[in-house]
Amino acid sequence: MVDVAIVDYGMGNLRSVEQALRHVAPEADVVVTDDASVIEQAGRVVFPGQGAMPDCMRELDARGLRSAVIQAAKNKPFLGICIGLQMLFEHSAEGDVAGLGVLRGQVLRFAANMQDARGNKLKVPHMGWNQVHHATDHPLWDGIAQDARFYFVHSYYVKPQDETLIQAISDYPQSFVCAVAQENLFAVQFHPEKSQAAGLKLLQNFVQWNP
Amino acid sequence: MLAKRIIPCLDVTHGRVVKGVSFVELRDAGDPVEIARRYDEQGADELTFLDITASSDDRGIIFRIIEQVASQVFIPLTVGGGVREVIDVRNLLNAGADKVSINTSAVLNPQLVADAAGRYGSQCIVVAIDAKQVASGKWEVFTHGGRKATGLDVVDWAKKMQVMGAGEILLTSMDRDGQKNGFDLALTRLVTDALEIPVIASGGVGNLQHLADGVTQGGADAVLAASIFHFGEYTVAQAKQYMATQGIEVRL
Repeated sequence: MVDVAIVDYGMGNLRSVEQALRHVAPEADVVVTDDASVIEQAGRVVFPGQGAMPDCMRELDARGLRSAVIQAAKNKPFLGICIGLQMLFEHSAEGDVAGLGVLRGQVLRFAANMQDARGNKLKVPHMGWNQVHHATDHPLWDGIAQDARFYFVHSYYVKPQDETLIQAISDYPQSFVCAVAQENLFAVQFHPEKSQAAGLKLLQNFVQWNP
Repeated sequence: MLAKRIIPCLDVTHGRVVKGVSFVELRDAGDPVEIARRYDEQGADELTFLDITASSDDRGIIFRIIEQVASQVFIPLTVGGGVREVIDVRNLLNAGADKVSINTSAVLNPQLVADAAGRYGSQCIVVAIDAKQVASGKWEVFTHGGRKATGLDVVDWAKKMQVMGAGEILLTSMDRDGQKNGFDLALTRLVTDALEIPVIASGGVGNLQHLADGVTQGGADAVLAASIFHFGEYTVAQAKQYMATQGIEVRL
């Protein structure tokens, strides 16, 4: 049995996620796969994503992976990253498309013409290292300092209907949700695989997590 | 709050990191994998590799370097130099790059930027612009390592690249590159104010105040520097501490 399956639906590059997981779990069998049966049988599943949400949804369905991903999100340790977080929700403003609907809520775009306290323009995509403020003491935060910085690159953010799902928030300049969890599922807007020590710690916590 | 990024830049040729003055007079600075590891330890926010030979017989070298760095360093890696087709973007991403920087080929074929962004997402497409001042308040885009004038206005070109799907602009002042007298702040401010996407200021850093000025006066979202880090004048950590004392948000 595969220990960690990284879902590959043909959008963007999964090499960084794979390398980082291998680094924190050298003994584990980590595979990048577009095979639904491998995802169904894997011990845990990582659902990453890059690019535009309509393309991601289309490519996921083109590979027949929708049901395998939804089942994994309900049944086994599951980590969504970036678009992999956004796709779990019901609807995205990006291309006005439906998501997988595993979690209730919307995906919204950052406002245009945002400014910081000095009056400088805040750019979209929100790109770079921002502070992640834990809203809970979830096991995936073990050993990670409150307000540690993680690497983000995104133009859309999630707004869960059920606020008890919220595990962390960031500011740009308003607060937005950057991590959610529900039972066996944890999903983040930032890229742990590119967030140096803090990110590797989160991935290590995930591969050891027994919800 | 979002931190301003400090990005050491490694110009690579024949498997070594080098640094020139205004794109010529190369000086050896060491092994790219070793240098990348050192900057990661010092707290670099990203790393940029520019393959400055980029001739086809040398292409294998940069792939091997990126593969080695990506297996040890878990921060964003940008690679540029010699990117001509979408397949070049794919090969660099597969080697472990997170972003690919496109310069001359974007001018020769702007559709490349749209195709690459459409296929892999804007977040991994950086358009590099080499700018030279041609009149008061006016800068022109140059290509081919700064040797060829294009007639394109820098602000118009940057806006066009934003529309085509660039996720970020790497803006280098050719007038300042290697001169160590600071970024072209007027150029940086002009471009960053004109765009919605982040701008990385590059070219001319000689001391830590220059880095701070790029953010506070130039309005840059990130600052890129090479020689001040390569030759041991300053560490990335020192640069960040200095910027923090100037009230700039950084990742310490």
